[in-house]
Amino acid sequence: MFELLGIPPQALFGQVLLGLINGSFYAVLSLGLAVIFGLLNIINFAHGALYMMGAFVAWMLLTYLGIPFWAALVVSPMIVGGIGMVIERTMLRPLHDLDHLYSLLLTFGLTLVITGLFQNFYGVSGKPYPIPAVLTGVVNLGFMFLPIYRAFIIVMAVIVCFATWFLIEKTRLGSYLRAATENPEMVSAFGINVPLLVTLTYGFGVALAAFAGVLAAPVYSVNPVMGNDIIIVVFAVIVIGGMGSIMGAIIGGFGLGVVEGLTKVFYPEASTTIIFIIMALVLLLKPSGIFGREV
Amino acid sequence: MTHTIEHTGPGAPAAQSDTMLEVSGLNGWYGESHVLHDINLRVGSGEVVTLLGRNGAGKTTTLKAIMGLLKTRSGSIRFQGHEVIDTPARSIAKMGVGYVPDDRGIFGSLSVLENLLLPPKVAEGGFDLPDIYELFPNLQERLDSYGNKLSGGEQQMLSIARILRTGARFVLMDEPTEGLAPVIIHQIGHTVRRLKKAGFTILLVEQNFHFARELADRHYIVQEGRIIDEFRNDEVTENLDKIQGYLGI
Repeated sequence: MFELLGIPPQALFGQVLLGLINGSFYAVLSLGLAVIFGLLNIINFAHGALYMMGAFVAWMLLTYLGIPFWAALVVSPMIVGGIGMVIERTMLRPLHDLDHLYSLLLTFGLTLVITGLFQNFYGVSGKPYPIPAVLTGVVNLGFMFLPIYRAFIIVMAVIVCFATWFLIEKTRLGSYLRAATENPEMVSAFGINVPLLVTLTYGFGVALAAFAGVLAAPVYSVNPVMGNDIIIVVFAVIVIGGMGSIMGAIIGGFGLGVVEGLTKVFYPEASTTIIFIIMALVLLLKPSGIFGREV
Repeated sequence: MTHTIEHTGPGAPAAQSDTMLEVSGLNGWYGESHVLHDINLRVGSGEVVTLLGRNGAGKTTTLKAIMGLLKTRSGSIRFQGHEVIDTPARSIAKMGVGYVPDDRGIFGSLSVLENLLLPPKVAEGGFDLPDIYELFPNLQERLDSYGNKLSGGEQQMLSIARILRTGARFVLMDEPTEGLAPVIIHQIGHTVRRLKKAGFTILLVEQNFHFARELADRHYIVQEGRIIDEFRNDEVTENLDKIQGYLGI
């Protein structure tokens, strides 16, 4: 077998694949954050907890109701998105006219409450969630073995990212959203219900987090603190990509996942910090982020 | 008090007009500061009425209050007989009121076509795209450009054009000539005249008195948040000194 830069290809491609999988979660999660930040101007700290909730709802659907993975992939984001809309209406809306710090603190508090509740009922050891039967097994690509479910995660993430990008950039509804991001008062003066648009947008961003949670359920164990670590990295991803930038979230998410994977190959010691080092550099050189608009 | 008046100005409808908008005892606040004081005005169906006044007189605020964009307001605003003082902007828009704001309100991150198609239709009988391109040929050439790449004149045309598409028959227009070259002002004047002929009702805020004088049926003078005088367009010549005194020109 050939070697690249002294690294066996199995290790190299294995880590690139792992990077792409992590990147898939980064991309879908930061996309949700970007959509929410764009219109609502809030940093949704509860995103990690809602991602966890997406995984847990899928687990509950399977365990209590026998609803399989495929249905959960749709139903869980709908349920958690609905919860998100209730959160927006009842808690975030009253803070709308206050400083951003209030909504940040509120969503941070929500994270603690949600995580605490799930820990209380389900402990911290995690619940197993089986990979759906048709997605089990591996494919031999010649240079490496590709687990089918992992490939499925990447494909689903790419589809969801593209669909979201298309919805926002190419449809009428998306143009309402972009216009309301820029000047909500003017949009309401055209007869468009901006508060409803805000609620739906928050619900959609939350549903993206829950979708990522369902995808994660079979690979990571479903556990109440699963959102805590990933959300910190995701915040770094959106700072690098540019707050509120759709493209920044998608490309930044996948790209930084791969960078992280490659760092594991070439300099493993830095693999957990590389994203934060890049974030620091981006903040120094282009504070609005790589794809962000200069303010 | 408001009353129905006979139009004798050029191009004015011959008959007495129905009331489209009636504002009475309108007060408005920006936070703590009281900016509109007992505004009374009336716009008849098919009329072009202007609010004239110096900078900061409260003209724009009056339009915003009518559109439902001023948060704190009291008094009465009746549109086609319906009280709208507590109605949110989006519902007022749906009743057929179009708003062309002083900053033009163009969305920089949307293309010209997206800007044009953004406002939902509120009534039948709006202009379709070919009508709009005929009225504003410049826009057709720039459909794919982003809103923030347009010149001031193009933004102004787009701001008017997108309202015409919606079928709104009552247009609040805030200083459409501000900062524009004479040739563009001429084109906008031509557009307003055409809309008037087509039966649109327009409440126009202007600082450009000469522009207003050529188009309007009636003028209200706004000063320090109050309406202090009112003239029919055919009374303008005999009151020219007085009006120029009010406007400081």
